Amino acid sequence: MAGGCDGYWQETEVAGVPVRYCRCGTGSPVLILHHDIGCPDRAAFAEALSGSHDVLMPVHPGFGLGSERAEWMRSVRDLAVLYRGLLAKLGIGRASLVGLGFGGWVAAEMASMAPADVDRLVLVGAMGLQPREGFILDQALVGYIDYAEAFFKDPAAFDAVYGREPTNDQLEAWDICREMCFRIAWKPYMYSQTLAPLLGSVTAPALVVHGAEDEVVPADCAAQYAATLPNSRLETVADCGHAVALERPEALARLVLDFIGE
Amino acid sequence: MHLMYFTEQPMSTYPADKGLEFGATALMFSNRYFDPVDGSRLYNEFLEQYLYAEEVGIDGIMLNEHHNAPFCMQAKANIFAAILAGMTEKVKIVMLGNPLPLAENPVRLAEELAMIDMISKGRLVSGFVRGGGQEQLAAGVNPAYNRERFEEAHDLVVRAWTETGPFRFEGRHYQNRVVNPWAVPLQKPYPRVWVPGVISRETIVWAAEQRYPYIALNTSIADTKKIWQVYDDVALECGYEAGPENRGYLIQVHVSDNEEKAIENARQFRWMQGEFTGLAHPVWSTPSGYSSPRNRRAFVEFAAGRRANPRGQTSFEQQMEDLRIIAGTPDTVVPKLRRILEETRPGILALWGNDGTVSQEDSMTCIRMIGTEVFPAIREIAKELDLKSPFEADAPVSIKYSTDLKAPAAAAE
Repeated sequence: MAGGCDGYWQETEVAGVPVRYCRCGTGSPVLILHHDIGCPDRAAFAEALSGSHDVLMPVHPGFGLGSERAEWMRSVRDLAVLYRGLLAKLGIGRASLVGLGFGGWVAAEMASMAPADVDRLVLVGAMGLQPREGFILDQALVGYIDYAEAFFKDPAAFDAVYGREPTNDQLEAWDICREMCFRIAWKPYMYSQTLAPLLGSVTAPALVVHGAEDEVVPADCAAQYAATLPNSRLETVADCGHAVALERPEALARLVLDFIGE
Repeated sequence: MHLMYFTEQPMSTYPADKGLEFGATALMFSNRYFDPVDGSRLYNEFLEQYLYAEEVGIDGIMLNEHHNAPFCMQAKANIFAAILAGMTEKVKIVMLGNPLPLAENPVRLAEELAMIDMISKGRLVSGFVRGGGQEQLAAGVNPAYNRERFEEAHDLVVRAWTETGPFRFEGRHYQNRVVNPWAVPLQKPYPRVWVPGVISRETIVWAAEQRYPYIALNTSIADTKKIWQVYDDVALECGYEAGPENRGYLIQVHVSDNEEKAIENARQFRWMQGEFTGLAHPVWSTPSGYSSPRNRRAFVEFAAGRRANPRGQTSFEQQMEDLRIIAGTPDTVVPKLRRILEETRPGILALWGNDGTVSQEDSMTCIRMIGTEVFPAIREIAKELDLKSPFEADAPVSIKYSTDLKAPAAAAE
């Protein structure tokens, strides 16, 4: 997977929707679930895991150019169920789940609905719970570039992923992602009112990671996940924003590999 | 010809410098700058304008609503409609319109409108709109389902008006256990529905499919003709021929007793930094999923400052040149309106007479001259051009109540 996912893309149909996914590496399976701003081709974090794991990174249906959306989908839990279907279809009974931001919410839903099928759970800047202080940043009120820039503490890290001037294709992809977020997470915005009690059923060891400078998801969300998941640990990545996997891929890979095993 | 008066009901006393400083005058521009003392005075001045419009012989009063912005003080058009239902005798109360997707319970809307129709003794025209992008955010309504909610709420309102209750409604966005309103419209089968719009092709197509008149909002003559081409084509496919009774037009026209003053006052149509709906971030005016996917590319590029507003943004002078703003004495205004009528052939015409900081005295002069000089001349022109309103043409309320539908023409081999 050196340099990106080129050559590793596959597609299969789940619940009537084509699901594209990048799959690479051998070892125990790890499902990586991407942010609400789409799945960048540059995937140093996934690449680092693929050295010792069977890494599966799907594009959430409807998140990006050429990604067909499920018209029927109405909630983030629907998306989690769809991914349960994807794993079953690929014959993966038990996997570690690594959720990034919005994808962390999806991973938490997946873990809560089938606790026995989760090897390890990693939530990085996860949305999905209502912060007791502050709010999850409302992308409806800010521009496409402003929102994506807010994911990074260091502007140079944003530039490295998206370029100083993101392309018009990228802008369009962000608008498509945003529409899909509205379709399934509009109200309440980016959290569930029923997830927290269900997290008590999760038995897998959980690692909760938070960028110390996260401006998108308040630190309290990570604190709540760590307090609610029965077997969990909280790690804060210093000098890093919301998109830990994009801003500090090596540091996150180290944390995750130490946790799920080399 | 049906002739109407319209004002956006501007909250013109907000401090313009604060808006410029903040960089926006919509959605997020703080209501700390809304002064209810001025608000109270202005609401009563607008009411005085409407009553005077009836007195000077204007056929209809056009009402609308917007939220979180000084360009329009009406937060609920049904409030003014209800007031006018009780205080006027003859004018049509033309709502252009209620934003259907913002309704969480369309049956309640159906009840309110039925009450207005009964209190006004059958003078309601119940237009419906999707609501601007900002309205979705102001109301917390999902923009991605805007069009679905619009169409579904419409169907529920019409059923609540026309079907005997109780019945149950199970839609995708609305589920009503018991629909059985004890308030139904006086007008049968139901009050006329007119659909205003600016840009969305889907709305033009939908209006033509319903056989509802479409009201083009201040579009250029060239764009208005394009709208009618789309409407007329869909009408033929649906088995009827569209005419002036299917066409409405709203235009900014300020009339005064002297030319210079008229033009000075007409500048107020661009009172909010050149944007009549106020300055807003593009993602507020066009939230994701609100607009047609075919416009997606243009809007995201506009939002990033990489291209001009797809909705268009032109100077006062250019708008005067394009006849999207007309200002003058009746002698100079009428020939310009004649040209619009000749070119676009509407059966419904609304004059947006006053905006911004135009004084109440000048507003009342404008209304008097529209009612006593401009509209009498327009009526003669309309007769000459055979421009009949839906009322004069006795047009069916909707396609469902049409008795003249032809089988669509066979496609050419």
